Amino acid sequence: MDFPTFLIQLLNSVQYGLLLFMLAAGLTLIFGIIGVVNLAHGSFYMLGAYLAYSLSSLLGSLAVAIACGAVLSVIFGLALEWLLFRHFYERDHLDQVLLTFGLIYIFEEMRSILWGDDVHSVPIPDVLAASIPLTDTLSYPVYRLVISGVCVALAIGLYLLISKTRLGMKIRAGAFNRDMTEALGVNIKLIHAIVFALGVALASVAGMIAAPVSSVYPNMGSQVLIMCFVVVVIGGIGSVRGALIAALLVGLVDTFGKVLLPHISGMLVYMLMAAVLLWKPQGLFKQ
Amino acid sequence: MTSRRLVLTQSAALIGATSTGLLLPAIARAQGNKVRVGLMLPYTGTYAQLGVAIENGFRMAIDEQGGKLGGREIEYFKVDDESDPSKAIENANKLVQRDKVDVLVGTVHSGVQMGIQKVARESGVLSLIPNAGVEAATRALCAPNVFRTSFTNSQPTLALGKVLMDRGHKKAVWITWKYAAGDEAFGGFKESYTKAGGTIVKELGLPFPNVEFQALLTEIAALKPDAVACFFAGGGAVKFMKDYAAAGLKGKIPLYGSGFLTEGVLDAAGPAADGIMTTLHYSDSLNTPRNHSFRLAYAKAFRSQPDVYAVQGYDTGLLLVHGANAVKGDLASKPAFYKAMETATIDSPRGKWTMSKAHNPVQDIYLRVVENRENKVLGVAAKALSDSGAGCKMV
Repeated sequence: MDFPTFLIQLLNSVQYGLLLFMLAAGLTLIFGIIGVVNLAHGSFYMLGAYLAYSLSSLLGSLAVAIACGAVLSVIFGLALEWLLFRHFYERDHLDQVLLTFGLIYIFEEMRSILWGDDVHSVPIPDVLAASIPLTDTLSYPVYRLVISGVCVALAIGLYLLISKTRLGMKIRAGAFNRDMTEALGVNIKLIHAIVFALGVALASVAGMIAAPVSSVYPNMGSQVLIMCFVVVVIGGIGSVRGALIAALLVGLVDTFGKVLLPHISGMLVYMLMAAVLLWKPQGLFKQ
Repeated sequence: MTSRRLVLTQSAALIGATSTGLLLPAIARAQGNKVRVGLMLPYTGTYAQLGVAIENGFRMAIDEQGGKLGGREIEYFKVDDESDPSKAIENANKLVQRDKVDVLVGTVHSGVQMGIQKVARESGVLSLIPNAGVEAATRALCAPNVFRTSFTNSQPTLALGKVLMDRGHKKAVWITWKYAAGDEAFGGFKESYTKAGGTIVKELGLPFPNVEFQALLTEIAALKPDAVACFFAGGGAVKFMKDYAAAGLKGKIPLYGSGFLTEGVLDAAGPAADGIMTTLHYSDSLNTPRNHSFRLAYAKAFRSQPDVYAVQGYDTGLLLVHGANAVKGDLASKPAFYKAMETATIDSPRGKWTMSKAHNPVQDIYLRVVENRENKVLGVAAKALSDSGAGCKMV
C-alpha cells in the first residue's frame, strides 16, 4: 500500500469511526446515566435519515433541514421519554429490551406508512459535492471531510457540556448517586429527560449528516445498531470517552481489514471485541 | 382368418376404450372443481413491492384467459412469507397440506426458496419460482415438479464477461456482498470473463447487507483496473453507485454490473448511475410490440409501471396457462402437464424463451446502459443463454 492510499484509508477509518461514535455516544449516555438498554437506538438514526430526506426537499437546503431536524428529534425524544421510557427506568433490563425491541417494529411500520418502502437519496449540497484529487485515480470526497468535522465539533461540545457546565455536573452526579442528587434538590426527572432527548438527537443528527452518502432506505437502522453495541461494549458501557476510542478503533480495524484481509473482514470487528473483553472484561474505560 | 394386424387393432381399440372410460370421470371430476393456486410471496418488509408486482403479473396472465386455467375456475390461497427463511417450510406446508393447493407459486428470497424446494420435493406439488435465483433449485436439487421462470443468479453475469472483453477491458476488479447470491453472480462473471481472456485483478467483498464501501473504493482507485464489475441490489446498490461517483471513480474506471444494480433504484441514484452498463433478461425500454402492449395493459390494470418482477410473475402465469391448456385443465395427469411446460415457448415481454432440461429459462440477456434515469437497451449481450444445470439429474 503506497502512501496516498494509506492516507485515504486512514481518513476513511476516522470518518467511519467518528460517525459510529455519534451513534454510540447517545446509546452509552442513555445507558450510563439513566440505566436504560435502548435497542431502538438504530431507529433514531433511520428517523434522522428520513427527516433529512423530507426536510431537505421541502426546505431546499440540507443545513436548514439538519437544524430543523435536530429540533424535531429533541421534541420527539422528550415526548417518547415522557410517554414510555420514564415508566421503565425502575424496571428490569429485560422489560426495557422488550419495550425497545417492540419499538423497532413500530418505528419500521410507521416509516413504511409515512414514507413507503422505496429507496431515497439526499443530494449533497453543491458547494460540498467536490472531491479532492490526490493522484490520477485517488481522490477524497469533500463531504466526508465535512461529516468528520461535524462529528468532531459535536464530540467537543458533548465533552464541554458534560465536564464543564452546571448541567453536566448534575448529569454526572445523577449517574453516580441518584438518591443523593435528588435529595440535594436536583430535578433528576428533568435531567433524565434531557439526557434521553440528547441521545435521540445525536443518533438522529448522525442519520441526517450521513444521509447524502448513505442513501435512505428501510431497515437502515438495524445495521448500525449492531456496530453501535460493539463500540459501546469495547469502550466500556457508560463511558463516552471509551465510546470515542472504541469507535475509532472499530473504524480502523473494519477499514483496513476489508482491504488487507478481505476473506475474514466480516469477523475482524468481533474478534477485536473478543480480544478486548478477554483483556478487560469491563471494556476499555469502564467507570 | 385372424391376422396379426386384426388382433393388434382389436386390442388397441379395447385398451383405448377402457382407458377413455377410466379417464372420462377423472376429467369430469377435475373440471368440476376449482384449481387451487397458492401464492407464497413477500407482502411485508423490504421485498413487499416485489411480491405485489409478481402477483399482479401472474393474475394478469390468468385474466387474459378469462380468469380460468384450462377451462377451470381458480381459487387463490395467499401466504405472506415475510422473506423469512426460518418460516419457509411452515408457510409452504400451510399451502400444501392445509389448503391442498395444486400449484405453489413462490418466491423472491433465495433462502425462503430453499424451504419451498424441500416441501416441493417431498410432497411432489407443482412449484413455480417467479424470482429467487438460487442455483441449487435448478441444479443439484432440481426436480420434475419444480420450474423457474426467472433466472439463476449467475445467468446475467454469465453474459457480462464477454461484454467487458469486447469493450477492451482486459483487467477487472469484482466487488459484491459476500453471500449466496453475490457468490453465484461472481461465479458467472468469472467463468465468462476468464474464458474470454480477461484477468480478475482482485475480488472484493463485504458482508451482506453492509454498505460501508469507502475503503473498498479506495482500494479500487489504487489498483486502477480497466473496469469494475459488481453485484448489488436495492438500497445498497444506490449507495454503491453514489459512493463510486463521490470517490471520483465515475468517468475514470467504467462500472458494470448484474442488471439488478440499476433495477428500481434509478430515481434514488440520480446522475451517479449515468453510463453504468448492466446485463439482464429484461429492460423496461425493450422496444418490441410485445413489450409495449404488455406495459400498456399492465399500467391500465394496476395503475403502476411494470418492472422485471411483474414480467416474471406474468411469465409464471403464461407457463401455467400453457401447461393447463395442453391437458385441458386436468392437472392430475402430470406427465403430459409437465411435458407441455417443458416444451413450451413463452412469448414474454422480455422476448421468447424456452425451458432448459433443468427447468430454468433459456433466454436472451440484454446489455443496457443507464441514461437519464432509464435503462436503455444497447443490444443482446448473449442469445438464448442457458444455465449449466450442473448436478441436476434430469439433465
